[in-house]
Amino acid sequence: MKRRTLLASGAGAAMAAVLGAPLRAQSGKTKVGFIYVGPVGDGGWTYQHDQGRQAIEAQFGDAIETVYAENVPEGPDAERVLTQMVLGGANLIFTTSFGYMESTLNVAAKFPDVKFEHATGYMTTDNVSVYSARFYEGRAVQGHLAGNMTKSNKIGYIGSFPIPEVIRGINSAYIHAKQVNPDVEFKIVWAFTWFDPAKEADAAKVLIEQGCDVILQHTDSTAPQAAAQAAGNVYTFGQASDMAEYAPMPRISSIIDNWGPYYIERTQAVMDGSWASVSTWDGIGKGMVKIGEISDAVPAEIKASAEALRDRIAAGEYHPFTGPLNKQDGSAWLAEGETADDGTLAGLSWYVEGIEGDIPS
Amino acid sequence: MDFGSINPVLLVASLMVAATPIILAAAGELIVERAGVLNLGVEGMMITGAIVGFIVTAHTGSSWAGFGAAALGGALLSLLFALLTQFLLSNQVATGLALTLFGLGLSALLGQGYNGIKAPEFAKIDIPVLTDLPVVGPILFGHDPMVYIGIALIAAIWAFLKYSRAGLVLRAVGENHDAAHALGYHVMRIRTLAIMFGGACAGLGGAYISLVRVPQWTDGMTAGAGWIALAIVVFASWQPWRLLIGAYLFGGVTVLQLNLQAAGFAIPVEYLSMSPYIATILVLVLMNAGRAPGSLGRVFHASR
Repeated sequence: MKRRTLLASGAGAAMAAVLGAPLRAQSGKTKVGFIYVGPVGDGGWTYQHDQGRQAIEAQFGDAIETVYAENVPEGPDAERVLTQMVLGGANLIFTTSFGYMESTLNVAAKFPDVKFEHATGYMTTDNVSVYSARFYEGRAVQGHLAGNMTKSNKIGYIGSFPIPEVIRGINSAYIHAKQVNPDVEFKIVWAFTWFDPAKEADAAKVLIEQGCDVILQHTDSTAPQAAAQAAGNVYTFGQASDMAEYAPMPRISSIIDNWGPYYIERTQAVMDGSWASVSTWDGIGKGMVKIGEISDAVPAEIKASAEALRDRIAAGEYHPFTGPLNKQDGSAWLAEGETADDGTLAGLSWYVEGIEGDIPS
Repeated sequence: MDFGSINPVLLVASLMVAATPIILAAAGELIVERAGVLNLGVEGMMITGAIVGFIVTAHTGSSWAGFGAAALGGALLSLLFALLTQFLLSNQVATGLALTLFGLGLSALLGQGYNGIKAPEFAKIDIPVLTDLPVVGPILFGHDPMVYIGIALIAAIWAFLKYSRAGLVLRAVGENHDAAHALGYHVMRIRTLAIMFGGACAGLGGAYISLVRVPQWTDGMTAGAGWIALAIVVFASWQPWRLLIGAYLFGGVTVLQLNLQAAGFAIPVEYLSMSPYIATILVLVLMNAGRAPGSLGRVFHASR
């Protein structure tokens, strides 16, 4: 079901919400719903979630039914779309962006029989699970490559919103770029959107004009890749999806979000009646984060060292946030050999020492 | 903070690119308003041009074909406006607003399945010696052809209004449609042609966003550029060259705010993001805008 169809029936949904749950459509099939923040054709974040949805369909075939709503704004409108999806008979709903947290919790409280899975969030209840991937592990590999590949020693970073997930990525990339290249400098532009090709393209162009020759992005479209390609001598990384159409230049590697296995597991749990609220945070080791093929534009020895870093993280031998590390203001954070705990990482809201600029509030 | 990293030459070059869609759309609207018609549907025509141009380019591989189709698409959509306002005598403000809403919906419908597709690259011109000159090279000789077409369009409109007989007739229709009618000029025909020209220009401006500036398609990607174009026509007090200045001013603030952010300038980005709009409002107030064409927005019927 497309969002427009949902909008058309919005008034009906409001009525039904007043009248309560008895109106919910019932059928034998398990119905799985998805709320997307962008279009399924974004080539990045939402595209990968939709790949996960298709993986469920491939796995269970006729035993289940999936529905999705794309381009759902983060905020009160999401609550309406969610309610409508529940009234449409969904048993399990994945809300695939951080900004759906409150909407998910509100709707979940009204419909205790329906299971919710909120991506990248941190609030769980009896019928709300959270799941996320340790993207910062992938960012470590990107930082390693970026620090090695830059000639101007200026690396551009297009941030979306100043939330812990994005800040973790910036810190992780910076730490590992600095490890291999002490002169490296990060220029960070906040786009305040997850998906706006025009804004992302402008941000990438500005960073390139200011001398950055490697661009990392935490926004979902391929527009920065196109801007880098036009510039010619700039390296980029695929975000969320492989973005292989821009390989081998400018895209030299990527972080791929691999949601399929998790979605299949959780759908199976609902079908079995064994679903329980969990908090999942998997990384490269469990295969939720994949590192896309490192292209031929990267010299062989750098490629080998990046892959070694990836494998050490996957095996659990190395944590991307290992001390000694200081906060931006110079105060101590992690001592020599100490690693960051998940609680601190989940709420990370400061830069590590060496990054310039303030995080907008 | 690191102002040294902002390269003024590249800043000027990129503000020219950022201003081009607005120049194209505003130039068309200027002609429409000089003919006495207020078409608030610029945003709708722009976004329609953006998707039509993108679809045609995606299938033919030719950006020029895309620009042609975008102009045609914008003109066709504006024909709807012309039909409603000139022949059915509907209210121009309401019809224009409806046209914007309709264009946004239509483009989202047409654009289904075109999200995330790559458009072929639109080559910049490269004049051997000139493009490599320091300072003037990147500013004057390093752009794609549409940037020059935008400037040429302004020059052509200026000459058309100032020196040609047709331009004089157009202005007469805009200043006093009853007098023009009494002199034997066909008010409706002239206005319809002006509206179609405006639509074609808006379509070109939209296509510039989806084919060159981004280049990709997404729903609502013009993001208010059409409204800025409308404001700039008033800001320019209906004069072509002032329109060019206004568009560059707007493009400049847009580009500058990103540059300041990348240079680590510590003022909240929200202020920077709203700065182009504040600049527009401020200028509108300070300039106390010039005199509008006499018949602007008024419905014409030969019997009255």
